[in-house]
Amino acid sequence: MIRVDPNLFVSLRKDKNFNAQACFHCGTCTALCPVGLEILPRELFRFVLLGAQEEITKATDTIFSCLLCGLCEAHCPRGVKIAQNIRTLRSYLVRHEYRIH
Amino acid sequence: MNTASINPQKEDILAILAQNLGYRGSVFPLPNWYLTSWAKGLGLPRGGKTILYTGHMYQLLPVMEVLHQQRETLSLELLSKLVRMARLVNPFLNTSTLSLVRVGLESRLKYEKCLKDIVSLLRLAGIEPGYLYEAEKYAGALAYDLGLDGPFERHVHRVVRRLQRYGVETIITVDPHTTHVLRHVYPQIVKFDFQVSSYLEVLAAALKDKDLLVIETGRDVVFHDSCVYARYLNVTEQPRFLLKKAGYQIWEPQYSYEATYCCGGPLETLFPEKAREIAKLRVEQLQKTGGHTIVTTCPICLLNLSLAGKASGLKVVDIAQLLAQNIKSKD
Repeated sequence: MIRVDPNLFVSLRKDKNFNAQACFHCGTCTALCPVGLEILPRELFRFVLLGAQEEITKATDTIFSCLLCGLCEAHCPRGVKIAQNIRTLRSYLVRHEYRIH
Repeated sequence: MNTASINPQKEDILAILAQNLGYRGSVFPLPNWYLTSWAKGLGLPRGGKTILYTGHMYQLLPVMEVLHQQRETLSLELLSKLVRMARLVNPFLNTSTLSLVRVGLESRLKYEKCLKDIVSLLRLAGIEPGYLYEAEKYAGALAYDLGLDGPFERHVHRVVRRLQRYGVETIITVDPHTTHVLRHVYPQIVKFDFQVSSYLEVLAAALKDKDLLVIETGRDVVFHDSCVYARYLNVTEQPRFLLKKAGYQIWEPQYSYEATYCCGGPLETLFPEKAREIAKLRVEQLQKTGGHTIVTTCPICLLNLSLAGKASGLKVVDIAQLLAQNIKSKD
């Protein structure tokens, strides 16, 4: 069961560059990622859209292990700002989980 | 990838970086004498409208090398305890300086030489930049990348105030990470009226029609594009132009230009093992070209690929060094 927090997406959308909703799950990012993230960017983005805050918290190591190299972003057919979105998720975790302000 | 088992001390590291940026103005604060010693004897004017901004990146490399060696020898458990202890002590004692004790002079001089070479190249192009010396601040790229937005944003205001106080108008950067945050991120946070250019962009424009003396022609080099230069800043042609102008023949790996492959460096802070795996992969791709000298344009790529290529005897060289050693003025 997933507990849903409707404020999660609202909070992340404060960053005007956050556009996870544009992802249509094609998996190009997965195929290109040099790290081989275990919870792929597109799954993370679905959790965000669902408001699955606990799933995001569980995935902190994945979120912090993105290189922000932008290889996926350069090839994304939907123009999702993947690296920027991951950075925004980090910022959210830093504030809400680690309480670093 | 099971990253959870790789880094239990992530939260402590983030806290230390935030403390350092907030209290001491850098994620890895080092003494001023150390950060500015590369400029000794160069006669760079203090401040000025056009300044060279090192962002402390090359100066940090010898310390990163030491930390890399320490990580290799310590167990994960001990490392976690040390990081936890450092987090507690760090507000009162700058733990970053402890690593300086083990920095060798040879390593320091090697990376300082890159900055000296950049100055000599700019002078060759007729540009005499100023330098802020101990007043120069770290730009905050790592803090931004890691999402430490609170400490980063406060830091941005401090940096901009400093630049205004010195009457700076144009900033010439030496690495892609500093260039990106200054050019693209700072203006989102604060009014930012400074022109920011990488020294590679400056040199490519200034040396375009200049007749130079090339010492040796036809040497082969394998070019590694930095992710940030290639995909965030669109700086791909300028370094190639400069290398060709300096008489080098460029070999391209399979993944290059906007499709370049990361050196793994951005993971060095939190997931060093994974950083090494990726660096090894990139080194293999570069070696497949058949070339033996890899040229990098970013200090982080320089360090990470050097460490990964050490075992196979691969030579990894900074572009500034290659250019400075092979071109001279004809006058």
